[in-house]
Amino acid sequence: MANRNFTALRTIWIKECTRFLRIWIQTLVPPAITMSLYFVIFGSLIGSRIGQMGGFSYMEFIVPGLIMMSVITNSYANVSSSFFSAKFQRNIEELLVAPVPSWIIVLGFVGGGVARAILIGVIVTTVSMFFVDIQIHNLAIIIITLILTSSLFATAGLINAVYAKTFDDISMVPTFVLTPLTYLGGVFYSLTLLPEFWQWVSKANPIVYMVNGFRYGFLGVSDVDYMLSLGLLVGFNLLLFTIAYRLINRGVGIRS
Amino acid sequence: MKALDISGLTKTYKGGTQALKGINLQVSEGDFFALLGPNGAGKSTTIGVISSLVNKSTGSVKVFGHSVDTELVEAKSCIGLVPQEFNFNQFETLQQIVVNQAGYYGVPRDIAKKRAEKYLKQLDLWEKRNEPARELSGGMKRRLMIARALMHEPKMLILDEPTAGVDIEIRRSMWTFLKEINEQGITIILTTHYLEEAEMLCRNIAIIDKGIIVENTSMKALLSKLSMETFVLDLPVQSKPPCLQGFAFRNIDDHTMEVDADKDVGLNDVFRQLTEQGVTVLSMRNKANRLEELFVRMVEKGRKEQAGAA
Repeated sequence: MANRNFTALRTIWIKECTRFLRIWIQTLVPPAITMSLYFVIFGSLIGSRIGQMGGFSYMEFIVPGLIMMSVITNSYANVSSSFFSAKFQRNIEELLVAPVPSWIIVLGFVGGGVARAILIGVIVTTVSMFFVDIQIHNLAIIIITLILTSSLFATAGLINAVYAKTFDDISMVPTFVLTPLTYLGGVFYSLTLLPEFWQWVSKANPIVYMVNGFRYGFLGVSDVDYMLSLGLLVGFNLLLFTIAYRLINRGVGIRS
Repeated sequence: MKALDISGLTKTYKGGTQALKGINLQVSEGDFFALLGPNGAGKSTTIGVISSLVNKSTGSVKVFGHSVDTELVEAKSCIGLVPQEFNFNQFETLQQIVVNQAGYYGVPRDIAKKRAEKYLKQLDLWEKRNEPARELSGGMKRRLMIARALMHEPKMLILDEPTAGVDIEIRRSMWTFLKEINEQGITIILTTHYLEEAEMLCRNIAIIDKGIIVENTSMKALLSKLSMETFVLDLPVQSKPPCLQGFAFRNIDDHTMEVDADKDVGLNDVFRQLTEQGVTVLSMRNKANRLEELFVRMVEKGRKEQAGAA
């Protein structure tokens, strides 16, 4: 049983990775170009006039946030797009007729999203090294935050795809929820620049904790307690995984 | 042991459509079984429930003794499904599709690759193995779905309209392949609109209409119920239309005649009368597929019974 489940998980994961590598021009190149533009415009051109933020150059300050922004966007998009396509083309039935437990299906798709997010993270980090000397304060926190954030948004993308009935439905959440939350999540500024009230409001944005946790791993500074960031990430991961598992197990959106 | 044992199966979809109204059906191990019915009769819903794509409302389904309620993993492992619609990723290559399917059933990748070669070769798809599925013809896509369904070497293969839209040459090669794997011990359940296909391949048959099984018997027993057949006789051009005593007949044109013959009476008298009139019979064929006539009759009978019960 365990061997069969492991083989099934490995198969879904390989299939997912093959998918995003097959369409690398759509999946891997755009974040590299977008982030290069961010580095050039916000980092070099505008950043040089901003001066220091949190004790670091503006370029050094925004690098962790920009990497995290790519990780969030790509982990979400990978799973929402892949799972919805599988529903749309009905090849999700290949999994439903096979003896694959629901939790393996969730893990497989989320694993694919995490793999793409990590690869994007490496690409964007590499690009950023052309603009700034990367320093690492705590590698373990960087890796843990990266994996937990990508798995969280990959699972969220899966839940979105379960309910989606059209391709519009999988683009609405990234456009109207994820992008505003990310831009207001402390990627480009320190929360300490905000009035106290808006600092308090910002702390209701979960992305603030991910960006700051990640930034702590690189720079050793954070607007919030990094342990709280990790705790929230673990909690949200457990919550969303449970929801995704229940949805798949009940066959919501995929079984008649 | 029964390969399939369905008891009291009902399915009511959201919105209230009652697709299955208490189906009882048994299929023996090693059988080649036809499930026939008009569009919307409940064939695909029945197959969907057996293969876990549709949640049943009530009733029980056992596959080789394994209940889909309590031993779903074992039941699923016994089934290979060839669905009606193409449901593979059109952008994946043939080899990726079949190897991945084996992986979902826990078949290690090295073994899956060997099986992929075996089944893709058997179904004349090996040369196309590295091409994306979207580039295949309709017949090739059907064969790909058969290869995919066999990758975990199931004990039972369920085919939902496997030869729909396939040309006659490929259809016949698929029949040969299905007969071969059935002879090797795989139980086959087939739904089809080509009644000739069911008559040629299947030993047992069930006819379903409006969610109810209206007939469930052997093909031989079913065909024996047909007492009257219509034959089309091709004749040389006749100046005077021939005439038959004791038979219902129709002269369609100056060289074609249709004769209704009771199988207990036979055709000798038809030939005798035509010979006496100096008419040569050039060739002869059945007007309609025998099973088709029976199928229509069974469905009509079932509907009348349902209307009477209501």
